Amino acid sequence: MSYKGRFRVWRGDASGGALADFEVEVNEGEVVLDVLHRIQATQAPDLAVRWNCKAGKCGSCSAEIDGRPRLLCMTRMSVFDPGDVVTVTPMRTFPVLRDLVTDVSFNYAKAREVPSFTPPAGLAPGEYRMAQVDVERSQEFRKCIECFLCQDTCHVVRDHDENKGAFAGPRFLMRVAELEMHPLDVADRVPAAQDEHGLGRCNITKCCTEVCPEGIKITDNALIPMKERVADRRYDPLVWLGRTITRRRD
Amino acid sequence: MTARGVDAPGRAAVGARTLRTDRWWLAPAATAAGLLVFVVYGGVRAFQQQYFFADERYLTPFYSPCVSLGCASEPGSSHFGMFLPDHPLIPYAALSLPFLLGFRLTCYYYRKAYYRSFWLAPAACAVPEPHARQTGETRFPLVLQNVHRYFFYVAVLVSLVNTYDALVAFRHPDDGFVVGVGNLVLLANVALLWCYTVSCHSCRHVMGGRLTHFSKHPVRYWFWTRISALNTRHMFFAWITLASLILTDLYVMLVARGTITDLRLIG
Repeated sequence: MSYKGRFRVWRGDASGGALADFEVEVNEGEVVLDVLHRIQATQAPDLAVRWNCKAGKCGSCSAEIDGRPRLLCMTRMSVFDPGDVVTVTPMRTFPVLRDLVTDVSFNYAKAREVPSFTPPAGLAPGEYRMAQVDVERSQEFRKCIECFLCQDTCHVVRDHDENKGAFAGPRFLMRVAELEMHPLDVADRVPAAQDEHGLGRCNITKCCTEVCPEGIKITDNALIPMKERVADRRYDPLVWLGRTITRRRD
Repeated sequence: MTARGVDAPGRAAVGARTLRTDRWWLAPAATAAGLLVFVVYGGVRAFQQQYFFADERYLTPFYSPCVSLGCASEPGSSHFGMFLPDHPLIPYAALSLPFLLGFRLTCYYYRKAYYRSFWLAPAACAVPEPHARQTGETRFPLVLQNVHRYFFYVAVLVSLVNTYDALVAFRHPDDGFVVGVGNLVLLANVALLWCYTVSCHSCRHVMGGRLTHFSKHPVRYWFWTRISALNTRHMFFAWITLASLILTDLYVMLVARGTITDLRLIG
């Protein structure tokens, strides 16, 4: 079944822009990215849209559809009624470059602030041995495709540019959690999570989890466990006493 | 005023603060209404100091443990002594209620619920919040959310007390062992309270989440996996226990007032 769908696509750059109206053919089984490609092919050849795999695995085509952060390639047209007007804008947390393409370099800067995996001294690559139960928590976080939809929807930076310096965002707090829970990582990441990556600014409203296209339970499995680890150190004298007596990390 | 948030310089000049077309306001509105109903009902009942003990064996959870001198008005309602002064502004269960309130106020689920529904930060995902600043939980008073685990420890003790209340309710001072509908209500409520308490994120952390090497602690890992499974339903238990607390209290109150009669199943 095909029909003429109505779209509003934001067009412009950092100096300004507006929503442009399009009426375009929509076919059964298509996703929003297919329709944008048809707009490119038939009506607006200079429409800028970032995409790559079209399979929800590269994380390139992040945008906002009817105001909700989503992947263009994973949003089926079948979720809309044929009479709906579908509005597509770029991610609104990051500076816009052109049309649907944003400058996501904020995320790369934040990625560089997280110290890399730190194995025990004297253990060479190839000698790593881990039990599956010890690594599976970290493996959930490795499903991240770095679409940055969680960063886009997080109100800590979306609504407050001034927080961008102090807050790493859910994606990179999850990276800190991944390494902190890693059985072979020996770096102490808990103080930095609070002091350098801004974990305390997270007020766990779970929007990052809601928009994650990989279904990673970012809040429950990464952010809250990290908050609890910070509470261990900063706010729980019983844990401090226990650690002091037993001198054990875990 | 300088443009901020989604209107900040450099971001796409979309105009509308949000383009969401769904009923995003419904969830926070319903949450606010649900929480307000509980707060008003619980507040009224906690200070009513009447109709809290029925059939000489059913004690409502809003009055457990009954440790006020006022509990003497209902012989048999106090299982742990009476020592708090009988004053209209001091609930009979003043020993437990502040901690239970603290447990729910600092609960990770309820934090999400009231940050969204009352503080609107944010009311829904990708809907701009109205505040000029956001410091999250880094400053007083919200930094106190980090004491959640202490409220959890006390909540475990209170759950034990509630369990005791539910068990002793099977014994009638005159008729001995009896089972009434009220017993089933109290038991169901206690079971749900345990589910809510044990599925808490702090419990999950304390029981095993804080470990780096699960393989060295198989017992704690087993507990962690079970609590993790319950934890995925923490929101469900948070709401269902609000309802079960109200319904249990309502049942005891109606029986105590003589509005309804407790149906005896055994004895």
